[in-house]
Amino acid sequence: MTSERSRETFRHDGRIVVVGASLAGLRAAEALRDEGFTGSLTLVGDEACEPYDRPPLSKQVLTGWVPADGTALPRRREIDAEWLLGVPASGLDLAGKRVELADGREVPFDRLLIATGVRARPWADRAEAALDGVFVVRTRDDSGRLWERLAAGPGRVLVIGAGFAGSEIASVCRERDIPVTVAETAEAPLVGALGSMVGSIAANLQRAHGVDLRCGVKVTRLEGDERGRVRRAHLSDGGTVDADVVVVALGGVRNTEWLRDSGLAAGVWGVACDSGCRAFDVNGLVTDDVFVAGDVARCPHPVYEYRFLSLEHWANAVEQAQVAAHNMVSSPTDRWPHLSMPAFWSMQFGVNIKSVGVPVLSDEVVVTQGSVEEHRFVAAYGYRGRVTAAVSFDNAKWLDHYRHLIETAAPFPPSCPTPDQPADMKPVPAHFPNSVIITQGATVVVTGYEPSERRVAFARPGG
Amino acid sequence: MTVTQASSTFQRILDHSSRADPYPLYAELRRTPVARQEDGGYIVSTYREITALLHDPHVSSDTDNLHDPGPSVAIRGDSPAFIGLDPPQHDRLRRMAMRYFGPPHSPTLIDDMRPDLNAIVTNLIDNLVSKDEIDVVDDFAYPFPVTVICHLLGVPREDEPRFHGWVEAIVALLDFNPATDPEDRMREGVRAREDLRAYLAELLESRRGRPPGNDLLSRLANDDGPDGRMTDEEIVSTANLLLIAGHETTVNLITNGALTLLRHPDVLERLRREPGMIVRTVEELLRYEPPVQLILWRAAYSDLTVAGTTIPKGSRITLVLASGNRDPSYFRDPDRFDPDRRDNQHLGFGGGVHLCFGAPLARLETQIALNELFRNLESPRLVADPPPYRQSAVLRGPRHLLVRQE
Ligand SMILES: Cc1cc2nc3c(=O)[nH]c(=O)nc-3n(C[C@H](O)[C@H](O)[C@H](O)COP(=O)(O)OP(=O)(O)OC[C@H]3O[C@@H](n4cnc5c(N)ncnc54)[C@H](O)[C@@H]3O)c2cc1C
Repeated sequence: MTSERSRETFRHDGRIVVVGASLAGLRAAEALRDEGFTGSLTLVGDEACEPYDRPPLSKQVLTGWVPADGTALPRRREIDAEWLLGVPASGLDLAGKRVELADGREVPFDRLLIATGVRARPWADRAEAALDGVFVVRTRDDSGRLWERLAAGPGRVLVIGAGFAGSEIASVCRERDIPVTVAETAEAPLVGALGSMVGSIAANLQRAHGVDLRCGVKVTRLEGDERGRVRRAHLSDGGTVDADVVVVALGGVRNTEWLRDSGLAAGVWGVACDSGCRAFDVNGLVTDDVFVAGDVARCPHPVYEYRFLSLEHWANAVEQAQVAAHNMVSSPTDRWPHLSMPAFWSMQFGVNIKSVGVPVLSDEVVVTQGSVEEHRFVAAYGYRGRVTAAVSFDNAKWLDHYRHLIETAAPFPPSCPTPDQPADMKPVPAHFPNSVIITQGATVVVTGYEPSERRVAFARPGG
Repeated sequence: MTVTQASSTFQRILDHSSRADPYPLYAELRRTPVARQEDGGYIVSTYREITALLHDPHVSSDTDNLHDPGPSVAIRGDSPAFIGLDPPQHDRLRRMAMRYFGPPHSPTLIDDMRPDLNAIVTNLIDNLVSKDEIDVVDDFAYPFPVTVICHLLGVPREDEPRFHGWVEAIVALLDFNPATDPEDRMREGVRAREDLRAYLAELLESRRGRPPGNDLLSRLANDDGPDGRMTDEEIVSTANLLLIAGHETTVNLITNGALTLLRHPDVLERLRREPGMIVRTVEELLRYEPPVQLILWRAAYSDLTVAGTTIPKGSRITLVLASGNRDPSYFRDPDRFDPDRRDNQHLGFGGGVHLCFGAPLARLETQIALNELFRNLESPRLVADPPPYRQSAVLRGPRHLLVRQE
């Protein structure tokens, strides 16, 4: 009864601090108010501007369709929060329940949400990274400056890394008729996320649009001119690329340095948490008052054999924020697990790419609908005979069906014929470069639709 | 698992006497989310199951895949429009039509029509304000979208008396029941279909080769896009579909909207003070009184399972969208008309690859129509509630909606 009373007191007069004022932080703050939290709410963010959306930064902003400062996130409701912007959190005192800010201030909390996301992985050589014309794309400023440079009509752009962001940027260059070279260490674009079968399709797509795509090579060195402007890149195969703009698209680094001495299980992998978004401490013990959401979170997913997943997906940040917010103000018996299916989209070379599930956790892949030659299809991924993911090229409207297959641990390959079925429906090995071998066969099914109802049950073999 | 009594519920829904308020019958249907009928067809009435089927690649929109196509084949004819096709043909034709209608090639087309839409509405309303009694259908909700679709397609507005009869006869075929309906209705419908196609083919011929005008017909007639050009048959089918759909659905949405607002004076009052609220209001109307109540048939392309029921290949599947919209396991307090509803993922425009092609236009038309209508009417009140309804259970809406003003 006393705990019930203290929870009510907390809901009315408690102090919640959110560190990281971007997508996950803002959505969590809104959800906290939706949940009826009326206490004090503080958002700490190192970026000086109000929360904005990142997906357009490698798409519509670079084509000029949307200005960089026109990407503010729509507000879903009033949140009546105190905003501490333009100052990073520099430390966390768990015992004293205080967030330390870089300017020396301290912000006390009853409950904390960590939503510090990731930042762009910079080019490793500092001096080369500082050359004029070398870019990363993570923030609004990054994108705005790159847009200006693209508008000036560079002779050639070199994109280092053919993941989603790199491929999207290369796509924008072609759309704007700017010559572009893409250098990728793997055998094809997108293989890290989608495997070699879809990777080879992405490679065709890039070449068909005039990208000078170099796979299986590393950029070893960037060379500048006497005025400090980048002008050439050297490749591991001995080749060189002359370029006046270089975009480094080598993925992200999780923003966890500020938690180094906090006693939380935070590191390069992110901040580990349970599926209810409660952070683990270094001992692997779950904490009660510290929660995590968004790109920085690393949380186990029952559908994927309880592996800890770090997902850099927009929808994941939103959904995880909602679950975290709910659990922050609810009783232990009313906690929600974060069980939504990961989903991701990208827009490149005129194709809308969308995925559901976790393609990396698969051993086979099969095209189930459409035509690979025409770059419009759906492919399903399977692991040991069940569906674990699907990806679509210009066929996103079908993915809900595949989500359902994943959630019900449906058999792989999906068998029945469909109207738009490819002639050849033979599964091939999925092939991921850094493939993780899954060793245990814990298969679960997910039921329920709303976050409040979603639960898992073990699937019975043969049933 | 299978309840035959549901089929009689469905027969009662089709019966004209339940037109004014089919919602209690839909609630009855929902007791068996996937119900097999005596004739082997399946009726699906709950939100989750309907959305699952709208996104299920094993569900076909092509009559060829029905074991027992019944009278629907007569409606389809030989060159179906994309609404009656599956991918990849569906995707190709829809994409080609979309080039002149919406994103990515014509992203601002609908929004740019705003001034025209306003002008048409103002013009109609000017003739209404002095009348004591108006018929929202004949005086307003019908002429407005018809003028718009004629303009958009490039069909002369003055031909409306010619094609109006054909369209009515074709719509009467949608839920034609050979057991109960006079055979004449079938014959008339089929003839009307041929006449309308012949009319459109003639129009198409007149557009060919001329410097392309801005209307859809001219552009389709002269276009060589990345997908090539539609055949004449395909253009006629596309124009036919858009003309009928542009004719028969928005009329109901606007009229159902006017009726619902007159039944909810509190909402109407708020709307007058806060016109921006119309966007949410129209979304709620699409949920609460959707102009297309059901998708009469889809075909199981292969055996498929939904909510534990296996539907065998070739079966006819009926999706009762308007029932899904009132499903209490998805919408809180579903029988309440509540424009403040958040995250209103209604089925008013269907879903999946066949999601209503004209949705952005229908939305804008209805937003403008309802705001302007109620801004100009003086203390309007219903003359008869419920009003008389049109025959169709599929495209459900009042035949007349008489309103008196002070
Ligand atoms: C160019 C680009 C394109 C993308 N495109 C897509 C797409 O097409 N589809 C898709 O699904 N996803 C896409 N994403 C991913 C998506 O944007 C992210 O998943 C999402 O932004 C995650 O939100 P978040 O709030 O967790 O993290 P972030 O958006 O990274 O926000 C974290 C915030 O915390 C701040 N912060 C960091 N450290 C501190 C500190 N110590 N103190 C205070 N504040 C701190 C950061 O500056 C930042 O403002 C894209 C991302 C980028 C960069």
